[in-house]
Amino acid sequence: MQRIGVFVCHCGTNIAATVDVKAVAEALSHEPGVVVSQDYQYMCSESGQNLVKDAIKEHKLTGIVICSCSPRMHENTFRKAAAAAGLNPYLVEIANVREQCSWIHKDIATATDKAVILGKAAVAKVHLNAPLTSMESPVVKRALVIGGGIAGIQTALDIAEAGFDVDIVEKQPTIGGKMAQIDKTFPTLDCAACILTPKMVEAAQNEKIHIHSFSEVTDVKGFVGNFTVTIKKKARYVDETKCTGCGLCTEKCPMKKVPNEFNMGLDNRTAIYIPFAQAVPKVATIDPNYCLMMKTGKCGVCSKMCSVGAIDYKQQDQLIEEKYGAIVVATGFNPIKLDKFDEFAYSHSPDVVTSLELERLMNAAGPNGGTLLRPSDKKHPHTIVFVQCVGSRCDDEKGKPYCSKICCMYTAKHAMLIREKYPDTEVYVFYIDVRTPGKNFDEFYRRAVEQYNVHYIKGMVGKVTPKSDGQLDVQASDLLANEQLHINADMVVLAAAIEPDKTARPLATMLTTQMDTNDFFTEAHPKLRPVESATAGIFLSGACQGPKDIPETVAQASAAAAKAIGLLCKNSITCNPCVAQSDELMCNGCSSCEKVCPYGAITYTDKEFRMPDRTTAIRRVASVNPAVCQGCGACTVACPSGAMDLKGFSNSQIMAEVDAICK
Amino acid sequence: MQEAMISKAKALLADGTVTRVIGWKRGEFVYDVTPAVFESAQELDEGFVYDDFTAANVSKYLIKESRKEGKILCFLKPCDTYSFNQLIKEHRIIRENVYIVGIPSDGKLDAEKIKSKGITGILSAQRDGDTVKVETLYGIETLPLADAMLEKCLSCKSKKHVIYDELIGEDGEVIDSDRFDMVEKLENMTAEERFEFWRSELSKCIRCNACRNVCPACSCEKCVFDNPQSGVENKAPADSFEENMFHIIRAFHVAGRCTDCGECSRVCPQNIPLHLLNRKFIKDINSLYGEYQAGEDTTSRSPLTNYDTEDCEPKIVHERGVE
Repeated sequence: MQRIGVFVCHCGTNIAATVDVKAVAEALSHEPGVVVSQDYQYMCSESGQNLVKDAIKEHKLTGIVICSCSPRMHENTFRKAAAAAGLNPYLVEIANVREQCSWIHKDIATATDKAVILGKAAVAKVHLNAPLTSMESPVVKRALVIGGGIAGIQTALDIAEAGFDVDIVEKQPTIGGKMAQIDKTFPTLDCAACILTPKMVEAAQNEKIHIHSFSEVTDVKGFVGNFTVTIKKKARYVDETKCTGCGLCTEKCPMKKVPNEFNMGLDNRTAIYIPFAQAVPKVATIDPNYCLMMKTGKCGVCSKMCSVGAIDYKQQDQLIEEKYGAIVVATGFNPIKLDKFDEFAYSHSPDVVTSLELERLMNAAGPNGGTLLRPSDKKHPHTIVFVQCVGSRCDDEKGKPYCSKICCMYTAKHAMLIREKYPDTEVYVFYIDVRTPGKNFDEFYRRAVEQYNVHYIKGMVGKVTPKSDGQLDVQASDLLANEQLHINADMVVLAAAIEPDKTARPLATMLTTQMDTNDFFTEAHPKLRPVESATAGIFLSGACQGPKDIPETVAQASAAAAKAIGLLCKNSITCNPCVAQSDELMCNGCSSCEKVCPYGAITYTDKEFRMPDRTTAIRRVASVNPAVCQGCGACTVACPSGAMDLKGFSNSQIMAEVDAICK
Repeated sequence: MQEAMISKAKALLADGTVTRVIGWKRGEFVYDVTPAVFESAQELDEGFVYDDFTAANVSKYLIKESRKEGKILCFLKPCDTYSFNQLIKEHRIIRENVYIVGIPSDGKLDAEKIKSKGITGILSAQRDGDTVKVETLYGIETLPLADAMLEKCLSCKSKKHVIYDELIGEDGEVIDSDRFDMVEKLENMTAEERFEFWRSELSKCIRCNACRNVCPACSCEKCVFDNPQSGVENKAPADSFEENMFHIIRAFHVAGRCTDCGECSRVCPQNIPLHLLNRKFIKDINSLYGEYQAGEDTTSRSPLTNYDTEDCEPKIVHERGVE
């Protein structure tokens, strides 16, 4: 006979203000098997836990039901308390009468009724609970960082610093990401390359860090502490181990008309290329879409020039498989495409550029060697108009509903740099709001206005029209002066909204992590667990989780590293014993469960069975590897025969709960 | 055709390719043709039948037969090959132990349907173009073919064999059938009308379990309806379980795996159009996840046990409920 204890928590007034806790305890005391039913102000407090422990011993309880907050909150607390009192921790059931009851109801009578029903369901379930024992699973002492921008680099450096091997997978031929394309950084105006490239080199030289550039993650299996990841090393047609990065091939390549993506297509590169001078790894890559040898079979200049014989036109994509204990996502961001913003004439005039293009136009390694010239006629611009919030804070389908966060600061930076270097240039900035919270940020913006006389105008640009004389007519409204403006500008710079990289969504599917509607990865808790995903062992670093500037990205990158290191330090982690198991007498070996299992935990064996007619038969039956199973339950619903069941959440337990609720 | 099949079977028995043949034999009446296993040329000569009443799908029998010693020969009509493939996919048949000879089928006759036209004492039936000439104890009756053919043959989905070792005759094509017309009609009814329709059909159920027993997708080691703890095993249809639950549970159970072979409706002694439940599922799967034919191959994944990013969102259930 079961001896069940019920403990109803007041949670201060959180529960007690809306639920008559004494009435709940009283009602549940009459449920079958319940021998003790009590209420207490804070069941999670030490004295509350002692109450539970004492009751377990005194009444020789075989199962307990705690009516309290969500099991996400304190299930572990009460499991530990039960274990301390000698009761198997999996004989504890939580009835969530806070989040699912008191917090969402106003009427005491209905809330109390519902709390009683939830309690009855938990009592019905605990009748069928079986003691379960956790197993341990080893942790692979190696981390994977997906994305080699500043976020990924910082995370990898910190993990390596702690003594663990870490692999960076970067889809571009070089690490560095967006920061490598930026000219100067706010609020100190130091050169981005000067602070980034030493970190890139440090990553390359660190013997614990292994960089897979020009590579992509194609498959992720396994679970926290034991992921198996397939990485596709894309063919770069150059042997990475031989190439010295001398660059002779890039000088001699006859195909010189390839849009240079590093300079945002503002100039050209060769078909064999090294993205920029400080690229890491400094290895050439052949672009097969443009390479004459690969397209026509006639050329081979690079191969002839290469003194170390690194060119290999027949190189194939290569798949490598590696095991990791932790994975950090650092897939970063991109500016949105502006094809839906025709009013700004972005696709009609070369003199309308995005802010990232302006970074390249102003950069010493950019198309103009650092002199700001109009793209159309290479003349010095005298009037430049900046438009903020292009696609950010947008309430229609064209743009993004969120604030891209970094644009106010970099626009102030651009305005200031231009006024500093070219004092004869008038700079206008059209804004909805200027948002510059952050250390030394607002001072930075005020300097642009007060010291550099940048014309900040509250209002939006309505239309940009290229004129026949080559100038741009900028039609805008000044909301504070309440007047319409026409500005003759030489250049217009659009602060395009930023969005997560397109590779993030398929990656989220592979990692079984969550994303929000804008494809930013969702953190486990917006305040208290900002760098962890809801999937154990997957951490988030940088702008893949939300718009961020460089200081914030680096801070989050190190935070994600700390979380990953915390995991890698453990020799083993306790597995959840609530795993699936197959009833071999029912299983007909159809493979449905195997197909839906996201962890590859199910295998099949041919077993000999004694049949009812006293013959023996060999049957194909499923078996679950409990160390790999994560207890998601997908197999239990896929199984046509009802042979799969989940320990701790068995079909009979769930039916008992439903029955208790419907009674 | 029967002669060609017997001689093929004899040849395969003689050269040792197979040790047994699963075919059909005549029952008490001319139209009672049921699956049977033959082990010798003599047995074949004495009992092997293949005629216009030979409709039974032998695929399901191969679950057990393919696990016995030696190879077995089976004759599969195009529709039967889909069931066979689906069972291969579910690892229920051991393929190496089966030799498949594909046989063409231009539809089978439905004795129940003929009898419902008031024709009794059937001695034989002869197809002649669009009509069927039925010889009875009381003389010869003629009726249109459509009034004598099985529903599953009238709405045939394919004349193509999706699996075989060899064929007798030419292979056909997948047919653009109108098999979802009746489902559409039901969908267009009001909820009350539909409820009434199914009420009147399902209340006829005598819970003989024939649909379950014949269904190639019903191959669990232990059926939930045989579980003594379920409270619904081996019972008489004394309460509303058959009306409300039994057939719906079965349709859900085979969803995504049902090949629409039509055996359930064929064997139902109460003539309940059970295939309509399955076809509703097939139609929904097609519209929600893209065209899918269970049993078309042995490797593809059923949309219900697969996930891809193009899958419909679960809210479709709510949206449809609102309609």
